Amino acid sequence: MKSILPVFTIIAAVLFIWTLAVVPMNMHLTADQAQRSGAIVTPDTPIARKETNGFVLALKNPHLIPLTYVGKRPNLPSPHQVAVEMFDTIFGKKITSKRSLVYHGWVTLAPTLLGFAIGTLLGVLLAVGIVFSRVMDKSVMPWAIVSQTIPILALAPMIIVVLGAAGIHGVLPKSVIAAYLSFFPVVVGMVKGLRGPDHMQLDLLRTYSTNNAQGFWKLRLPSSTPFLFASLKIGISASLIGTIVAELPTGAKAGFGARMLVGDQYGQPILSWAALFAAALTAAALVGIISFVERGTLRKMGMKPA
Amino acid sequence: MMYVIAGFAIWVLGWLVNLYLANSKWSDYRAMNLAIPLIFGLTVLLMWECFVIGFEVNPVFLPRPSDIVLRMAIEMPRLWADFVQTIIKGALTGYILGGLAAFAIAVLADRSKFLTSGVLPVGSFMAALPIVGIAPIFVKWFGSNWESKAAVVAVMVFFPILVNVVAGMRDTTSMQRDLMRTYGAGYWPTLLKLRLPAAMPFIFNGLKVATTLSLIGAIVAEFFGSPTVGMGFRISTSFGQLALDMVWAEIVIAAIAGTAFYGIVTLLEKGVTFWHPSQR
Repeated sequence: MKSILPVFTIIAAVLFIWTLAVVPMNMHLTADQAQRSGAIVTPDTPIARKETNGFVLALKNPHLIPLTYVGKRPNLPSPHQVAVEMFDTIFGKKITSKRSLVYHGWVTLAPTLLGFAIGTLLGVLLAVGIVFSRVMDKSVMPWAIVSQTIPILALAPMIIVVLGAAGIHGVLPKSVIAAYLSFFPVVVGMVKGLRGPDHMQLDLLRTYSTNNAQGFWKLRLPSSTPFLFASLKIGISASLIGTIVAELPTGAKAGFGARMLVGDQYGQPILSWAALFAAALTAAALVGIISFVERGTLRKMGMKPA
Repeated sequence: MMYVIAGFAIWVLGWLVNLYLANSKWSDYRAMNLAIPLIFGLTVLLMWECFVIGFEVNPVFLPRPSDIVLRMAIEMPRLWADFVQTIIKGALTGYILGGLAAFAIAVLADRSKFLTSGVLPVGSFMAALPIVGIAPIFVKWFGSNWESKAAVVAVMVFFPILVNVVAGMRDTTSMQRDLMRTYGAGYWPTLLKLRLPAAMPFIFNGLKVATTLSLIGAIVAEFFGSPTVGMGFRISTSFGQLALDMVWAEIVIAAIAGTAFYGIVTLLEKGVTFWHPSQR
């Protein structure tokens, strides 16, 4: 809680720099438009302006600076433009409307959550297999680690198209990618967690003459909980990133990714930025929910986060 | 049909060999720790080959591994050009720029306790965000050549590295800092001789996470505009021509590059943090 003030200071600093950067980034566009509508601009030809830096141009035409903040198609929209656009499209539209960010958010969120659930379930199962089977440990585990260094996310759009051609549409193709991306962090984290109990604890259970199953339910699984939550947090944000990238260049009609691309292609940058920030807020909310559950669960179990 | 049966036979055979090797008395040798996963990988490849032939899978969905290898051999010059454009110019430049920027900001923020406690939560929050979404915006700003890819990569790797450098520099005990003070060391000697070396395990953690991110950023950014060379460009155009073997060839290259990049950083880590318990 005591870090609230520093955090807000950093955010305020970022917003301030952003607000300053709007002027030079948009100056050329604004100057062109202002000249067309009859304002006096120094230097007065577009070519001469092109050779001047955005800062210099702003200093030579201080009367144009306010206009850089209200342009319809800015290079860099100002923070308030993005905020207004987000407010409009989140609260100002019916959630069934194609222009509502809530609608697009749900289109992205549904496959993310489904894929995350599938990926986590499979990941935990594989981790249990790896912990109890020597063969699986030796043959699969190295690949699970290597697979984390492979930029498979770049393939996401292709997988969508291939699955689409095979007749699978809708939520499922995107979920496949979300599941794949959350799968390996969960495997690696859970293997670490299930192996967490030390010899003393395992020996103690043996003196109680427990079998493997009892040892699993009463010792290994509970002691892996902090690791599970740590990997769930990585997994959920990876799932969301996967779904968004899967939407980006595949001609998807709805979702955050589609929204970013449409804004870019039809010259409505404010729309892209609003989608980008909405996606960021969604990611933050998902991680926040998991942290919240984590804190509650671990406190009930009397543990500390991993 | 023959091939399907062969595929299953290879599956059983590979599994049995690994079962035997993993439970045999040599299973703890280093060679075995390499051989067993290799046999597993080879089994999967052979099964893939057999099933694709046996079930007559359309190569548009899934090409054979042998096709992919053949394509890689034929297209080597082009694959090399793509590699240079995307990995060396895009990913590596961005990685270095982003890493240096993160390092500089971290050292600056470290001068004040107030800033550090603000940078850490904001940075780890940003590290979880879908930053690849800025790719279309950056391609518009910096043009479609490698500069825009390097910019996307730099922003993507910035936050994980920043968080780890800041967290690492806090990782000295007051005993250690007091010792430096008794030696009469000022800010810079303490930073260079105590705090940066102590932070190295954290820093390399961030650098390793960033290797994969840098490749993803460079490839995905090429989907939004690129010259007619580059791995992301080749993946999307080959896919448009239904030349899936070329797509897979690029993926193999990306996988090798990703693993090699990660491996090099791990080797560096071994050299630099040889004193850390996890390396001994």
